[in-house]
Amino acid sequence: MLPELGHFVLILALLLALLQAFFGLAGPALGRERWTGAVSAALAGQAVMVGTAVACLVHAFVTDDFSVLYVAENSNSALPLFYRVTALWGAHEGSLLLWILLLALWSVAVALRSGSLPASFAARVLGVLGLVSFGFLLFTLATSNPFARLEPAAPDGRDLNPILQDPGLAVHPPILYTGYVGFAVAFAFACAAMLEGRLDQAWARWTRPWTSWAWAFLTCGIALGSFWAYYELGWGGFWFWDPVENASFMPWLVGTALVHSLAVTDKRGLFKSWTLLLAILAFSLSMVGTFLVRSGVLVSVHSFAADPSRGMFILAFLIIMIGGALTLYAWRAPLLRSSAGFELGARESFLLFNNVLLVTAAATVFAGTLAPLIADALNLGTLSVGPPYFNPTFLLSMLPLVGLLALGIHANWKRGRLRDKQRLLLVTALVAALLAAGVAFGVYSGPHVLTPVAMTLGFWIALASLVDPLDRWRRGLSLPRAVLGMTIAHLGLAMAVIALTTVQSFTVERDVALAPGESARVGGYELRFEGVRHVEGPNYDAIAGSFALTHHGQPVRTMQPQKRQFWVQHQVTSETAITMDHGNNLLLALGDDLGAGRWSVRVQVRPLVTLVWLAALVMAIGAFIAASDRRYRVTAAALAPGTVLPERVRG
Amino acid sequence: MTPTRRRRLLLVLGILCGVGIAGALALNAFRRNVTFFFDPSQVAQGQVAPGQDFRLGGMVQEGSLRRAPGSLEVSFVVTDFAHQVPVRYDKVLPDLFREGAGVVAHGHLDGSGTFVADDVLAKHDEKYMPPEVARSLKRRHGESRTAPAAPQPAPLPSGAGS
Repeated sequence: MLPELGHFVLILALLLALLQAFFGLAGPALGRERWTGAVSAALAGQAVMVGTAVACLVHAFVTDDFSVLYVAENSNSALPLFYRVTALWGAHEGSLLLWILLLALWSVAVALRSGSLPASFAARVLGVLGLVSFGFLLFTLATSNPFARLEPAAPDGRDLNPILQDPGLAVHPPILYTGYVGFAVAFAFACAAMLEGRLDQAWARWTRPWTSWAWAFLTCGIALGSFWAYYELGWGGFWFWDPVENASFMPWLVGTALVHSLAVTDKRGLFKSWTLLLAILAFSLSMVGTFLVRSGVLVSVHSFAADPSRGMFILAFLIIMIGGALTLYAWRAPLLRSSAGFELGARESFLLFNNVLLVTAAATVFAGTLAPLIADALNLGTLSVGPPYFNPTFLLSMLPLVGLLALGIHANWKRGRLRDKQRLLLVTALVAALLAAGVAFGVYSGPHVLTPVAMTLGFWIALASLVDPLDRWRRGLSLPRAVLGMTIAHLGLAMAVIALTTVQSFTVERDVALAPGESARVGGYELRFEGVRHVEGPNYDAIAGSFALTHHGQPVRTMQPQKRQFWVQHQVTSETAITMDHGNNLLLALGDDLGAGRWSVRVQVRPLVTLVWLAALVMAIGAFIAASDRRYRVTAAALAPGTVLPERVRG
Repeated sequence: MTPTRRRRLLLVLGILCGVGIAGALALNAFRRNVTFFFDPSQVAQGQVAPGQDFRLGGMVQEGSLRRAPGSLEVSFVVTDFAHQVPVRYDKVLPDLFREGAGVVAHGHLDGSGTFVADDVLAKHDEKYMPPEVARSLKRRHGESRTAPAAPQPAPLPSGAGS
């Protein structure tokens, strides 16, 4: 009965989302205060219904109800309890349900924090969010009902895809989706502002914390995904420019641009229509990401769905949502006027360059991701675009970006007075170059041409971001959380630049054939093969190899990579062994029995790769801190309804 | 033209230039760095020059896997059931590689017509084949019945680089 209940409450949620959208949009438009007031009730109902539906599906998983098709396809009675719960988002239908749940949670959070927003504006925000919820609920119910029954019930389930049986999967999709869906809030704020006909600095101030939260979650989600791919997918590497990775990276790039452009709109009242466009774009790319991953149009490591009707539905939905928002934009944006100007060397200019470069980067990634599709549609042959395209084009916009960051961080608003800071710039650049040379030539050897350049930029950003906070501290001034957060996020970026440069320049990878007792040397490490043995897991058989690792004669540790064969799907997966030593990540993957007692082994030594993920975490922490700054709360209260707002646009 | 206007114009022109250069460079990188997919029949027709990087896809022919005991060097034959291409590889084969299953390999042809792979991809799950291979086989299958066939739609790409 519970699956039917789940299906039923999902239909109720659909109707409530429609009501939420209707009250939220029609109420303020027609001036019906009762309708406006009913939005939160509709939202609360929708959220409770969605929560109940999720609980029903979790219950079906936990109790092994194999009469539910989705459970039968993605679970098994031998599956550990933990993975039975996370299997909820192991495939298409459940991921969508997760998406809807997160959207409901974001909407509730907005509703709870909306007390200080003008009532009509808050209602419109929730109305737009209701529209998005409605679309996704309709999609789920029409094409991918997770509660569909299997008649007769399967005796046992087909099991969760073995590569997804990992703690990484438990956290990666929910956090990534929280980021994706979070941009819906920025999108809703943008649409509400255009409907309301008001886009002032207060608007930017309300939108900023939400955008920062979404951006921080997306950053964590991408880093976790990269980490998961590194240790679980078994072919070692942390970024493949795979379509699914790109799908999450494009909204991140545009979201980063949005965070910066919002700062200008907030502080100076400029870039208004551009900010609106970015807010629309960031969420559109999040939805396009869903489309790319879930429609099966682009097949990649992570895609499991391949159903064209779903693709068509998402395409139609995308056209309606994005097209609608852009139409609204075309109608309203010309009404926006910015009177203030700024000089070339002012902070506004640098943030403008930041935006242009980030959007260019997103565009090159977009082109590379969609080129195979377009070539296919135009009959130009089957082609694939990989790192040889993405790496140089991405660097092309990223190197100037980080260089300009180190300069622009010293620039003042409005006036270009960088000349005053000349000495400071020179000193920090020089120290950075010395540090970079020290690392590039001293610690590691044989760098590429770009290695010292990129590394100098990395150190330069780190030093440059510290100048302002140190100056404030020395002068006894307070350090607002917004500034502290920005500094931390920029330090995170510096870490990322340094770590990525090191990994890309100094990674050593070798495939070797070893018999027990033989050893191989890879990147300063010696690896002695001690043999294989048979291991049995809860739902798989495995062969485990044993390798003794030494560094310059000093024993480091014994590593035991496994090759697992799962009982239900008979799929073979490699369980890599990873160890950290002196900042290096060593990865071992056991290959095949080559005969004559030898086994093939893949050995990778990646210096500082852990720092790449840590850097992402630091950036996210910076964004969280910045989002919690008091100025975003105080101003909202100060702008109580009735306050006459400046720069009000004619409606 | 007021100074503000002129400055704004310069700024816009500068950005346009930058975007233009970036676009041109990206296009260039793109032209040189995309890899095309060919199946054994296209290789047999001489559509690929020796030394040119491409992706070869098909089925691993049953019984074709050869390995000198204890060596990483392995050879196998990729077939689309019309033509065959011998492949040489000296790294760890992916988990899902096996005879009779679909495979996509990245590499180039040497002078003798052997495909020297620098990467073998098998990023699909147990149930399905690489989409390029599925389409290519379908096309070959169709061709054998309805030859001479009109130019065929290209198979679906896999965007996964590696």
